Amino acid sequence: MFYREAGQYKTSYQADQALFPIRQDQVGIILILAAAFIAVPLMASDFVIDSVLIPVLIFSLAAIGLNLLTGYTGLLSLGTGGFMGVGAFACYKLATYFPGINIVVLVICSGFFSAAAGIVFGLPSLRIKGFYLAVATLASQFFLSWCFIRIPWLYNYNISASIEVPTRTLFGLPITGPTATPITRYIIVLTIVAVMTLLASNLIRGRIGRTWMAVRDMDIAAELIGIKLYPTKLLAFAVSSFYCGVAGAMLVFLWLGNAESESFSINQSFIILFMVIIGGLGSLLGSYFGAALIYGLPIVLRMIKGLLGLSITAANVEHINFITLGVLIIFFLIAEPNGLARLWQIGKQKLRVWPFPY
Amino acid sequence: MHLLYMIFIDPFVQMGTAPDLLVQTLWEGLVAGVLYALIALGFVLIFKASGVFNFAQGIMVVFAALTLVGLYAHGVPAFLALAMTIGVMFLLALAIERFVLRPLVNQPDIILFMATFGLTYILIGFGELIFGGDPKVMIADQLLLPNGSYTVKMFGGFVQMQKIDIAAAVIASVMVASLAVFFQKTRIGRALRAVADSHRAALSVGISLEYIWVIVWFASGIVALATGIMWGARSNVSFALEVIALKALPVLILGGFTSIPGAIIGGVIIGVGEKIGEFYWGPLFGSGIEEWFAYVIALVFLLFRPQGLFGERIIERI
Repeated sequence: MFYREAGQYKTSYQADQALFPIRQDQVGIILILAAAFIAVPLMASDFVIDSVLIPVLIFSLAAIGLNLLTGYTGLLSLGTGGFMGVGAFACYKLATYFPGINIVVLVICSGFFSAAAGIVFGLPSLRIKGFYLAVATLASQFFLSWCFIRIPWLYNYNISASIEVPTRTLFGLPITGPTATPITRYIIVLTIVAVMTLLASNLIRGRIGRTWMAVRDMDIAAELIGIKLYPTKLLAFAVSSFYCGVAGAMLVFLWLGNAESESFSINQSFIILFMVIIGGLGSLLGSYFGAALIYGLPIVLRMIKGLLGLSITAANVEHINFITLGVLIIFFLIAEPNGLARLWQIGKQKLRVWPFPY
Repeated sequence: MHLLYMIFIDPFVQMGTAPDLLVQTLWEGLVAGVLYALIALGFVLIFKASGVFNFAQGIMVVFAALTLVGLYAHGVPAFLALAMTIGVMFLLALAIERFVLRPLVNQPDIILFMATFGLTYILIGFGELIFGGDPKVMIADQLLLPNGSYTVKMFGGFVQMQKIDIAAAVIASVMVASLAVFFQKTRIGRALRAVADSHRAALSVGISLEYIWVIVWFASGIVALATGIMWGARSNVSFALEVIALKALPVLILGGFTSIPGAIIGGVIIGVGEKIGEFYWGPLFGSGIEEWFAYVIALVFLLFRPQGLFGERIIERI
């Protein structure tokens, strides 16, 4: 009823293969983008933008990166945090050596460094599969974390072993560093994330994405129909790490302002993996849902505690948060193992047939 | 040239000139390896019987040790506390089967893996809420574990062996042997192996999956308790112990996810390799290579045997 594609005729292949073939989707995406680009900066408070929207967008991008690898190519990786770290540290070094180049360009360029790291650590993926591969990618995580601490060159021999973001401008407005306002940073993050999501969605609709999915569904069969496994898997690692690297660079430059190796620890990898799985494996939209849920849950829990006015000590609140988070993760997995993206599908179907049950 | 010398020659010269240090390092590696193997054993038990990659094993170790120490602190005699902790681990196994595994039956592996993450969070929160986050001392003396050390004269030097380490090695061997007997000789053990082979076939001959799962989670709970006691006696009982789960993962891939002897041998290889690497090659790279050295060893082995040393051969069919 509300979401009916009946009567929308396609007269060319091009129209049929468009990114959003259904009119409701086209209108919807325009509305969402308009809201994100215009309404949010006008209405949302700095606090909401800085502590909710920016991180959710950045984590969404990282989740998209991991989703390309785990959801679309079927290679389980626990090294996301490390790859994000490579992006962040690469961006920092680039900003040190090339102060004249615009920081947005550098953020994107740093993705190439993590893509290279991804290729190196993706090398064992041809022989190793499943959980064995997951543990093998842990090797990259630990090795990279170790590098972030033990190689002082990476953080310019800073005594605190952390990287501090210099102030850089775009069109005369500061976009990184302490003087940048949340709104400008938000707009930059949003633009990068939106463009990269668009790229990712086109990538997975095309030949490359189809080979990835063939490899995911059964790699031997994929090999038999002429897909070269090794380049395909390595490309997946490279693209995925590229996304993670850009996300990591943004995390430091456009959100945190400074960071040390702890920001890219194993826990970060696990959290991103949560986002992908809770959101839905093999769904870009799901990556956004997952990031919003996993990042938003602790905030919401804290707010609920505040509203109820329970008198518990801060430490206990933390512990209860942990328990609640764990219970909710298990609950979501039981309720919908295919992730929030699946719920969205079901919702769309319901809208389509309403008021009839089917 | 100097670097090559430092990498390929100097460490071996050191080993040759100070064999007592080498033996000491080997011994420490062996002990660490046995303890890694114990954790890996917990993983293997569960993976074999339910195909679940149980990430919560590390936190189960902490949880079991904390329960034991916490009960003792509340005035329960040591051995009664031990029995009660075993009871708690049984209840935990029951709860996990009922509330996590049963609703998730027949889901992909990765979903179950994630669920054990949820479990990890719950156990961390729960443990800290009840027992507090500060480190506690393991009640090793009260459990009649020996302390002190032997000093053995060897190669004109000394090798020191902590009695608790010897006890750990003995307990680990007993545990593995009894598990092996349990798996091979008893009725339940046979059922466990059947479930490991095929869930569906096991169900069709009348083996109750629920029952089996409770048993394996309980068994790995007991393994976790033993691990917790041993690690706790060497350092303190705190949530920092959780990271030892990450240490056990290379052991796991080295030995193979499905092999109990693999866990033991893998543990020893990793433990010894790690200590030797840290001691002889560590200064070259700056310290802390222990963190990832084990993974590198495991990776090298994996490149030649993708299913681990003793894992079941992976057969892929279209």
